[in-house]
Amino acid sequence: MVASAQVAAPVNYTDETVRGFALAAVLWGVVGMLVGVVIAAQLAFPDLTYGIPWLSYGRLRPLHTNAVIFAFGGCALFATSYHVAQRTCQVPLFLPWLAKFTFWGWNLVIVLAAITLPLGITQGKEYAELEWPIDLLIAVVWVSYAIVFFGTIGTRRVRHIYVANWFFGAFIIAVALLHIVNSAVMPVSFWKSYSAYAGVQDAMVQWWYGHNAVGFFLTAGFLGMMYYYIPKQAERPVYSYRLSIVHFWALIFTYMWAGPHHLHYTALPDWAQSIGMIFSLVLLAPSWGGMINGVMTLSGAWHKLRDDPILKFLIVSLSFYGMSTFEGPMMSIKTVNALSHYTDWTIGHVHSGALGWVGFMTMGSLYYLIPRMFGQIRMYSTRAIELHFWIATLGIVLYIAAMWIAGVMQGLMWRALNPDGTLVYTFVEGVKATWPFYMVRLVGGLMYLAGMGVMAWNVVMTVRSGRALPSPIPRLAHA
Amino acid sequence: MEILYLLIPMSAVLVLCILGVFAWALHGGQFDDLEQQGEQILDRAATPFDPHQGPPEGDAEESVGRR
Repeated sequence: MVASAQVAAPVNYTDETVRGFALAAVLWGVVGMLVGVVIAAQLAFPDLTYGIPWLSYGRLRPLHTNAVIFAFGGCALFATSYHVAQRTCQVPLFLPWLAKFTFWGWNLVIVLAAITLPLGITQGKEYAELEWPIDLLIAVVWVSYAIVFFGTIGTRRVRHIYVANWFFGAFIIAVALLHIVNSAVMPVSFWKSYSAYAGVQDAMVQWWYGHNAVGFFLTAGFLGMMYYYIPKQAERPVYSYRLSIVHFWALIFTYMWAGPHHLHYTALPDWAQSIGMIFSLVLLAPSWGGMINGVMTLSGAWHKLRDDPILKFLIVSLSFYGMSTFEGPMMSIKTVNALSHYTDWTIGHVHSGALGWVGFMTMGSLYYLIPRMFGQIRMYSTRAIELHFWIATLGIVLYIAAMWIAGVMQGLMWRALNPDGTLVYTFVEGVKATWPFYMVRLVGGLMYLAGMGVMAWNVVMTVRSGRALPSPIPRLAHA
Repeated sequence: MEILYLLIPMSAVLVLCILGVFAWALHGGQFDDLEQQGEQILDRAATPFDPHQGPPEGDAEESVGRR
C-alpha cells in the first residue's frame, strides 16, 4: 500500500523519537494536571493532605508548574519540532542517536523533578526550581536538542526554511540562554546552592528569565506548532505567509525586555518598570498579527470549524492566545497592576494562556500527529475528541471567570480604606470571600483534567489499533 | 542595578546576532518568493508517498478504528 513507489527514496524519517515524545506529552499532561487539581483542592480545603510535608502546597505547586510546562509542554515541543523540521526539510533527523538521548535525558529530568520537588529540594526561583545537578543535565540535553534541530535544518533538502522552523529555532536558542544565565549558582552541597545574584539583581534576572520563558517556551515554540498544524489540518496555506515572517521578526526583536512588569512597585527602579510596561504594550501588535493570521487561515472554509474538532482545538487555542496577549499588556500597565498584582487575577491570566493557548494548541497538534505516527489517518474516536473539546472549554471558562472575579474582588478589598485611613477588611475576610471561587476553579480544573483523561484513552486506543510504520522520505519534485 | 550592566549588553549582542541572522536570511534569498512558500507544506505532488502527510487520494489507508 504505502511502499509501492519508494525506490527513489530509500531513507526513512526518524520518527521513533517523535512517537516517544508525543506519548510522553500525553502521560505527563495527565500527571501535571492531576497535581494541579490537587493543589486547587488544597486551596479550598487546606487540611486535605493532613499536613504531610511531601504533599504540602508549597512543594506540590512547583511540581505542578514544572510538570505542565516542561514535561507536558516540553515533550510536545520536542515531538512537534522534530516532526515539523523533518517534514518541511524532507530529511531525517540529524544524529538520530542524539535525538534519542534528548528523549531519555529530558524524561530523566522530569523524573528527578518529580522526586526532588516534593522532598523540598529547590532553588526557590519560580519556573527554575530544580537544583544545580539537574540544571546541568538540562543544559546538556538542551544543547543536544539544538544540535539535532539545527543539524536537521542545516542538512535540509528544501531550500526555503519554513516559518515554523524559525519559531522553533528561536525558542531553542532563547531557552538555552535564559536557562544558563538564570541558573548561575554557587553550590554548597549536592542538593543546595545559592544564586549568583542577590536581592533586586536576582529578582531582575529571575523575571527576565521568567517572562522570556513564557515568551519563548510557551509562545514562540507553540507558534511554531500553530504555523504547521493549522495549515495541515485545515488543508489550506497560512492566510498570509508574508505576515507570518513579519510576525516572527517583530516578536523576537521585542520580547526580551518585557520581564520588569513582574516587578511593578518593588525595589526595581521606576524607569526599569516603565520600560517593561512599554515593551509589554508593544508586544500586543505582533501577537495579534499572528493570531489574526492563524484564524484567517480558515477564511473561505469556516465550515470546517463546525465539523472538525481538531480544528476547533487549534482555532479556539488562538482565540485564547489573542485574549491573553491583550490581557497581559493591560495588566502590565502600572495602574492596572496596582489592582491585579498578588491577586488571583494573575492566576486566571496565566491559565487562560496555559489551558487555552498552550494546552489546546498541544492537544490539537497531538490529535493530528499521533494517528499519523501510528499508521492511521485519524484518531480512534472523533467523537471523543469532540467530547474532550467541550468539557475542556467549559472547564477553562469556569476556571478563568472564577479567578477574574476573585482577583478583582481581592484587589478591591485589600485597597479599601476607612475615612480614618485604616483598612476596611482584614486579610482573612478576603480569603473567606474567595472561597466560593476556589470551589468553582476546582470544578473547572477537574473538567479540564477529565478532558485530558478522555484524550489519554483515545490515544491508547489509537496506538493499540495502529502500527508504527517507517515513513519513507519522498523524492523531491524539484530537488 | 549593576545587573543591568550584564543584561543590557547581553540583549544588545543578542539583537545584533538576530540582525545578522535576519541579514543572512534576506540576502540568502529566504524571503524572495513568499507567495508560494506557504503552499509548499501542502504540496501533495512533492510528497506523494508519505503516509504521515495524509494519503494523496484519501483512500490509501482506512483507519481500523474509524468512528
